[in-house]
Amino acid sequence: MTAILETRALCKSFGAVTAAKDLNVRITKGEVVGVIGSNGAGKTTFINMVTGYLPPSSGEILFNGRPILGHTPRAITRAGMARSFQVAQLFPELTVLDNLLIALAAAESPRPSFLRPLRTKARIARAETILEEFRVTRFRDAVVTAVPQGARKLIDIAMALIGEPQMLLLDEPTSGVSVEEKTGLMDTVMSAVRHHGVTVLFVEHDMDVVRRYVSRLLAFYSGEIIADGPPTAVLEDQKVRDLVTGHGHGKSSQKGASA
Amino acid sequence: MMRLDRTELCLIAAAVVLAAGGLIAPGWLVFLLTMAFAKALVVQGVVMQMRAGLVSFGQGLFYCVGGYAVGMGGQFFGLTDLAVLLSAGVLAAMLLAMVLGLLLTRYRDIFFAMLSLAFSMILFGVLVKSPQLGSTDGFNVVSWTLFGWSPAKETAPMALLTVTLVAGLAVALLLHRYVQAGVGVLCEAVRENEVRVEYLGLSPRWLLYSNYVAAAAVSALGGGLTALAAGHIDPEMAYWTTSGEFVFIALLGGTGHVAAPFLAALVFAVVRTYAIEFVPHSWQMILGFTLLGVIVFLPKGLWSLFSRAKAKGAAAS
Repeated sequence: MTAILETRALCKSFGAVTAAKDLNVRITKGEVVGVIGSNGAGKTTFINMVTGYLPPSSGEILFNGRPILGHTPRAITRAGMARSFQVAQLFPELTVLDNLLIALAAAESPRPSFLRPLRTKARIARAETILEEFRVTRFRDAVVTAVPQGARKLIDIAMALIGEPQMLLLDEPTSGVSVEEKTGLMDTVMSAVRHHGVTVLFVEHDMDVVRRYVSRLLAFYSGEIIADGPPTAVLEDQKVRDLVTGHGHGKSSQKGASA
Repeated sequence: MMRLDRTELCLIAAAVVLAAGGLIAPGWLVFLLTMAFAKALVVQGVVMQMRAGLVSFGQGLFYCVGGYAVGMGGQFFGLTDLAVLLSAGVLAAMLLAMVLGLLLTRYRDIFFAMLSLAFSMILFGVLVKSPQLGSTDGFNVVSWTLFGWSPAKETAPMALLTVTLVAGLAVALLLHRYVQAGVGVLCEAVRENEVRVEYLGLSPRWLLYSNYVAAAAVSALGGGLTALAAGHIDPEMAYWTTSGEFVFIALLGGTGHVAAPFLAALVFAVVRTYAIEFVPHSWQMILGFTLLGVIVFLPKGLWSLFSRAKAKGAAAS
């Protein structure tokens, strides 16, 4: 199978602290990969390195077989890897529709027009389709600051997806969302992702969410990957139970792994 | 065929009314209007950057470059054609902005503001120390022609007001499109969240750079027109108080509409003229109170009076 993303011996240190140690990850096209780990395990550092936000201390990153180490986040985005954020990164004073139109214009060209209006019929129609897909049409004309947290997370992901990336990295898509909303939110996200045929890697703390949606799971601990495989096998792994999920001593529930 | 929207039709109508009014206006008013609208173009450059989250305390740099290009074109190269002189100023400002923008767009907030001011003050220092350019006194600008037509002394002020109105209208129409177009809206997006812009695959620096160069061009046009109207240029054009005046007018008008800088420049000119007339020793205090009042009661500038009225009207209907 073709690897869409591959990291080789990826390391990152912040002074004396090692945030990532010898990370070797190979993700193939079409996979839905989950990443779990306690706070400070290196999950977000991994996403930040892969998307160009943080330069690794050493190692290699290949996207579609091409090295992307040293590339800017925008170059990596344009190469086909988009991301969402733990705290939704939107344009707070603009409307939801304008947020999506901006994302769409950005996806169309790296050099936007000086005089062609942002609001064209074609773009609005496309943005409305995405809003419908993510079930946030009712917030179309609302300013982002007036939109609830759950909907903001969906809009954040919609903005990443509107540019038709090949791979999507979601950093804790359900963080800050109530327990009742989590399943609905993830159902919406995964349905949209499947519809667009995108490879997904997402960081998640809720083991129920992980079990429900991923085909493969990576467990991080102290900057290292301690388990990699099907979710059931990884979650049953004794090391993961002891160090990550905290259920190595016979606890029945597996929720709240990172608390 | 490009369709004009309501704002564009209103801008054209306002320009026509002002041009017609100029025909019957006294000489002092024609001069005041010309100066106010020429300076409003410089303010447009400040506002363009404010929309991107940057405050330029050095827009006087491009105002001065536009003015000196007009003055030097006539004095040293024998050029008199208004279109050529103004174009030379715009071109010179754009070239300078292309160089300075490489450094300035790396900075944000107070660092951008102070660095823009620093470049303006460097030009001021250079001009003050250049006897060939009249040093602190500056020099007079030659009489202008337009495509071979040389206006009579009596008609020249009105002709220049018309040219200023045409130039102002053209800039306003272009900026109206610009703020709704990709780069214009994306500059606002950079102000809101630069990280997200980067992760959408765009370069915030490129957007700010393009905006900076475009703002320099617009401001230089204003500088050139001011030089032609005043008939004189001096290094004061690049001094920090001049740049401060443009920021003052930008705050007075607000960033809500392309017409706001024109309205604010006019209000500023009238308030200053009458303040100097009635309280010649403390006219700055009057301006200070004016700005204080606007910031406290109209934080989004004078234009918010119109937008509030429009919103009320929409709510009522």
